[in-house]
Amino acid sequence: MKKIENIDNSDSHLRVRDHSGLKYLLRKEFKQLIRNKFLPKLIFIFPFMVLMVFPWAASYEIKNLNISVVDNDHSTYSKQLTQKIISSNYFRLTNVSPNYGKALKSIEENKSDLILEIPTNFEKDIVNRQGAKVLISSNAVNGMKGGIGMTYLVSIVNDFNVGLMQKLLPIAGINNTLSTIQIDTQYRFNPHLNYRVFMVPALMVMILTLLCGFLPAVSIVFEKELGTMEQINVSPVPKSIFILAKLIPFWVIGFIVITIGFLIAWSIYGLVPAGHFSTIYLFTAIYILAVSGLGIVISNYAATLQQAMFIVFFFMLVYIMMSGLYTPIDSMPEWAKWIAAFNPLKHFMEVMRSVYLKGSNPMQMTKQLFALIGFAVFFNSWAVLSYRKNQ
Amino acid sequence: MTISTKTSNYTHPSGAGGLSTEKVIIAEQLTKKFGNFTAVDNISFEVERGEIFGFLGANGAGKTTAMRMLCGLSIPTSGKGTVAGFDIGVQTELVKKNIGYMSQKFSLYDDLKVWENIELFGGIYGMKDKEIKEKTDELMHILNFENERNKLVGSLPLGFKQKLAFSVSIFHNPQVVFLDEPTGGVDPITRRRFWELIYDATSRGITIFVTTHYMDEAEYCDRVSIMVDGRIEALDSPKNLKKQFEAKNMDDVFQQLARKAKRVDS
Repeated sequence: MKKIENIDNSDSHLRVRDHSGLKYLLRKEFKQLIRNKFLPKLIFIFPFMVLMVFPWAASYEIKNLNISVVDNDHSTYSKQLTQKIISSNYFRLTNVSPNYGKALKSIEENKSDLILEIPTNFEKDIVNRQGAKVLISSNAVNGMKGGIGMTYLVSIVNDFNVGLMQKLLPIAGINNTLSTIQIDTQYRFNPHLNYRVFMVPALMVMILTLLCGFLPAVSIVFEKELGTMEQINVSPVPKSIFILAKLIPFWVIGFIVITIGFLIAWSIYGLVPAGHFSTIYLFTAIYILAVSGLGIVISNYAATLQQAMFIVFFFMLVYIMMSGLYTPIDSMPEWAKWIAAFNPLKHFMEVMRSVYLKGSNPMQMTKQLFALIGFAVFFNSWAVLSYRKNQ
Repeated sequence: MTISTKTSNYTHPSGAGGLSTEKVIIAEQLTKKFGNFTAVDNISFEVERGEIFGFLGANGAGKTTAMRMLCGLSIPTSGKGTVAGFDIGVQTELVKKNIGYMSQKFSLYDDLKVWENIELFGGIYGMKDKEIKEKTDELMHILNFENERNKLVGSLPLGFKQKLAFSVSIFHNPQVVFLDEPTGGVDPITRRRFWELIYDATSRGITIFVTTHYMDEAEYCDRVSIMVDGRIEALDSPKNLKKQFEAKNMDDVFQQLARKAKRVDS
């Protein structure tokens, strides 16, 4: 259509009071939020659930490994070794099998995770100092579990070995045979390798992402389905004001949620950030804008709640997998690192872990700071541009 | 063109933004296509200030699409139109500032109270707190809604909701109000009361553009247009239409025209 030339299209001179709509839209959003039967509860219950359950459940520390022992020797030493393994707390003896075949069967039936086979003449070989051998096989269907189980078992067997040597060898001989290089290991920032110290800050990021990314998407699509969106579209409210009114409440929610997270981390796990709270709040403020912006972009493209949910699930899944929550980004292939670089979660998780564990300040995290600002600007500009008041 | 920045919400200075003083709606060869489907086919008409203009047609005739174009919710594929003096293809946000709209689907916020809905919509049309409060008091009195003021809108019966939605759509004193099947699903008495509100609005100089399926309501309009398959097949006062089609009532007029439709309601 040809535009009508002589009509003044710059409506700027009529936009005298346009920004005042924000006040009324914000009142509406907060009232609706508080009156919602579900959301205010979710904001409080969700952080509790996630932070109280996950750090205990999602741990790499492997316990209760089922072991099947094939003792072909039936000697004192073989019994001592078996006893030592059971008393380590890591292993549970499922059965003592008469032969390797039977033991393998119990692995196939998922009754045990590891097999320790002690050969005949085990004790005799030790006493004769001919060097005894044991066979350890592990079920590596879950590679992590198998590998860690194997390592634990090897170290117990080694320990047993050292104990025997000390008993059997003459005092003078010990130094000759056992003097090896001693390695002192020191784990920095998390000296006890406490898994929860590592997980809790990252889980806070997850909670923020789910609440502040998911809810804005749902909130706008819900208005579309109700028909109230059309009433807003037919009013002179500027697009940016409407979106700002949707963003601000999630900003407030985000701050409440992260504060609840701090309290839980401190009261249950005794975790206090090594760095400054203000650093975390600064990054949180930017991060919420980024994920809420993404949520609003999704809601602009989705026509129904169902569509919005599926798109959100897609993004959440990719983002969580590529965030470094469970698997370190550094050990990913090059292309995967590139995908992770475009993941706001990854950057914020790095920030949270650095501040909690190392006490980093914003100056040490400028890369993450600029990345998150970039995401916030990008998603929110996209949100304003993709929101169409007319077709 | 000169537009006074006041564009007062309370008076309609003649020619407030208008190329024309008395024609509040002008449609010239307005067309909307969705792919190969022509929903609105070359319609032209004018509506004068203070008029009650009935917009009739069977389901799928293109009424809602035409109305959405006039409200700035949908951009015409071709043709042009002005509403309250503003171009509907280019100045959509200025059009929106000067109209009210009540959709088929009830669209106030169920989880806000009566006064809160009024405050919200008054506010986003640029009214001040004090203005809103005074007008709300007045409105509650006129509608006899004083007891409902603090109730959630979701808890009100449909007839109440419709009256409220209409009152909200004209709360900022627009030049035109577009009503899309405003009285669906309520009893004749409630509809009658609703029309009293419409008459009251016209007495304040607000132009009414209304779609309806009720032929008794068509009789209340000053002029009526009847759309068939995206085109306007008839446009005149109910009296003249009845004469023209030798019909005893509007229902008969409508039946004669709607029967010609080739489109099947989707």
